[in-house]
Amino acid sequence: MHMADALLSPAVGGAMWAASAGTIAYCSGKVRKDIDDSKIPLMGVLGAFIFAAQMINFTIPVTGSSGHLGGGLILAILLGPYAAFLTIASVLVVQALFFADGGLLALGCNIFNLGFFPAFIAYPFIYKKIIGNQPTTGRISAASLFAAIAGLQMGAFCVVLETTSSGISSLPFTTFAAMMQPIHLAIGIIEGIVTASVVSFVYKARPEIMQSALESRPIGIHPVRNILLAFLAMAVVTGGAFSWFVSTNPDGLEWSITKVTGHEALNGPEQGVHATLKALQEKIAFLPDYSFRKTAEAAKGVSIPEATQEHQKTHPEQNPKASQSSAETSIAGLAGGTITLGLAFLIGYILKRRNQRTPHGFNT
Amino acid sequence: MSHHIVEVKNLRHVYPDGTAALKDVSFVITHGESVGIIGANGAGKSTLLQHLNGSLEPTSGAIHIGHTPLSKGTLPDIRRTVGMVFQDPDDQLFMPTVFDDVAFGPLNLGYTPADVEQRVTEVLELVGAGHLRDKPPYHLSGGEKKRVAIATVLSMSPDILVMDEPTNGLDPFARRQLMKLMRDFKHTRIFTSHDLDMVLELCERVIVMHEGEVWADGPALEIFGNDTLLAECRLEKPFSMQGCPICGRKTHAV
Amino acid sequence: MASIHSAVLDLKSLDLLANGNSTIHRLDARAKVLVTLVFILCVVSYSRYELTPLFPFFIFPVVMISLAGLPTLFILKKITLLCPFVLAVGIFNPVFDREILIQFGHFGISGGWISFASILTRSVLTVGTAFILVGVTGFTAVCQALESLGMPKVFAVQLLFLYRYIFVLTEESGRASRARELRSCGKKGQGIHSFGSMVGHLLLRTWQRAERIHTAMLARGFTGEFHANRLSRFGVSEVRFVLAWSSFFIFLRLQNVSQLLGSLVTGLFP
Repeated sequence: MHMADALLSPAVGGAMWAASAGTIAYCSGKVRKDIDDSKIPLMGVLGAFIFAAQMINFTIPVTGSSGHLGGGLILAILLGPYAAFLTIASVLVVQALFFADGGLLALGCNIFNLGFFPAFIAYPFIYKKIIGNQPTTGRISAASLFAAIAGLQMGAFCVVLETTSSGISSLPFTTFAAMMQPIHLAIGIIEGIVTASVVSFVYKARPEIMQSALESRPIGIHPVRNILLAFLAMAVVTGGAFSWFVSTNPDGLEWSITKVTGHEALNGPEQGVHATLKALQEKIAFLPDYSFRKTAEAAKGVSIPEATQEHQKTHPEQNPKASQSSAETSIAGLAGGTITLGLAFLIGYILKRRNQRTPHGFNT
Repeated sequence: MSHHIVEVKNLRHVYPDGTAALKDVSFVITHGESVGIIGANGAGKSTLLQHLNGSLEPTSGAIHIGHTPLSKGTLPDIRRTVGMVFQDPDDQLFMPTVFDDVAFGPLNLGYTPADVEQRVTEVLELVGAGHLRDKPPYHLSGGEKKRVAIATVLSMSPDILVMDEPTNGLDPFARRQLMKLMRDFKHTRIFTSHDLDMVLELCERVIVMHEGEVWADGPALEIFGNDTLLAECRLEKPFSMQGCPICGRKTHAV
Repeated sequence: MASIHSAVLDLKSLDLLANGNSTIHRLDARAKVLVTLVFILCVVSYSRYELTPLFPFFIFPVVMISLAGLPTLFILKKITLLCPFVLAVGIFNPVFDREILIQFGHFGISGGWISFASILTRSVLTVGTAFILVGVTGFTAVCQALESLGMPKVFAVQLLFLYRYIFVLTEESGRASRARELRSCGKKGQGIHSFGSMVGHLLLRTWQRAERIHTAMLARGFTGEFHANRLSRFGVSEVRFVLAWSSFFIFLRLQNVSQLLGSLVTGLFP
């Protein structure tokens, strides 16, 4: 459930990056101030441990398929929320840079989806509440199970929100949610079971590790602050969604307006609303829709009255003339595109040949 | 170059789970001595070593380094004086490149970047790792890691070099290189090892540990000649003293 | 464990590429990070149905690979292991979006397929440039660049430590995992219970290792602060690099070059 750049719009990606970067900064401050410096190598090494553990398979009972550990909850249990968030984020950075796990813009989403919910919601509000001060095996299992499920459900839901608000995928919101949530319920159950298994083992072998982890988190003192954090994050996400709504889907708004006002009154208010929307759009979202306009304008010499031209721009598939001209522009576009691709690779080939003639060695 | 004496008096260490790793250990090591601490696994060698730079706190007893008592306040000074090389170089090389690791110590001691640059270059040349300067640790072989680990400590100019199982896991060539390096270090050297031949070659004095106590402390040849003592402590003579494996003749009469 | 081993080898080889000595390698890391970010933002800012305007963007990765002397096949192979999530979601586009957008005589291409192709193209572009960034800069340098661009130091330290110990820990867990596999005789032994205790053991050893590292740090005078000793220069070549490529991307974004070239060509040959 890693988000990818290819499914993101700059608005959503940017908003999530803002949320993640803000949380990283906040956690860095907390770790620096409150936590003793023996945590520093611990975070790094546990991060590497989770990274490595994620590559080990286990067989899931009943289905027989193989599963992997996520690890976010385990990190929260061992390190406390702030250090755990940083650790999860760092693992995701390495995965994004080295393993094509989504991309650099989507990293903001992934850090938030996979880090915030286990560390700041599932762990403090579910896991710790169930554990209380007596970590028995039963409580560890229940706590891990519910916390893992909750964390993954929230994360998956966030992915659905991010994808649909970006507008690149055509999956409708309800369908997507209907697929993601049940799948991640199953994943959450497995994650909970595995987490319980590991945590019980550690607790039996070295209970003092669990004790020190339980004691060192200051989060219990400021539950309100965390709730506020959660709301801030949700606000940022909704803000991103709003900017999507305004920027890439004026036709959605327009369509409901036509339904309300009727076709005859299309010109006046529609022009007005659309113009205002366009102005807003230009202010909020920097780049979208420009080439859409350009494509329609490049329609070969067909003069269309302004109102229908506006309509054409936003509903090309409803206008046969527009789809014809868009076919023509598409052919031109395809031709041009192939040419540019060819040019790009030709340039690359020439450069490579030049480089081979004047070899540059690697540093020893 | 001052006279850095290592004085351990009635040192006792009990781990939280109740194991008495050290029971009343005492010895004095004077400046410039080369001392090998040998003993079975679990005899308390590593525990003892960790006390020498304050990584562990004694349950009772006292340690003085160059007449300075080891305590929380004096730790920074003690750590400038006592350089410790651990068993697993991966525990010691935690920075992105070799240069960064060797520079870590001097930077913490407050040297200027220019000074640090000079120190690091010198020390890397000394251990024969100059060409490894910009390499990340995971690109190094076992022997290279060991040498760099030593460099990370030498860059702090310690007066006393403490090493835990230095030749562990090294191939014969790397082992020889390391031994030459240790021979060239002119200050006090203290190390633990199972490599008794190395101890024989490099150390004039040997301390034998057994079950948390000092069972013998004296000249190397004397100790290695005492078969009963060695057997009691789960040790043997060094191979080079055990006689020719082919003809059976003893090469050295003790 | 084959997958751990090959994953780590991948890590190492990609990072090793950063030791090259081309003009690109010698540029300050911050310049390369910034250009990559502008590139990605431009690429993802296109709306759903835009496919051909994306093609000119291939110039950037291609030029980078050539100038820096990166092994093309290697990068290509890595890109083809695309995030399965993208494919899984993207493939629904043709399912849900069947509005025919382009007619070629009898042959109609639905918006869904166009947007799917657009998604794939974006994936290749964005993921490819991320790899290239690491290949010409190296992970450590990227972290330091991000730090000087404002990333908190605690996080930078975390990234460097993590990276450093990934190799050690993947080796350890690789060994443990292989041992478990060898004694598993089929899937029976690979269940969650054995996973839990094996991973639990690894976790405890990891914890002990962290304690030893901390001891080693203290032994070398660590007091909680990491001291910077790296000087980096953001000079004229860096400024030129950033400005040139950024303006190029923005130009491409605002001007549909494929369209222009195509109209030129199809205009000449009706």
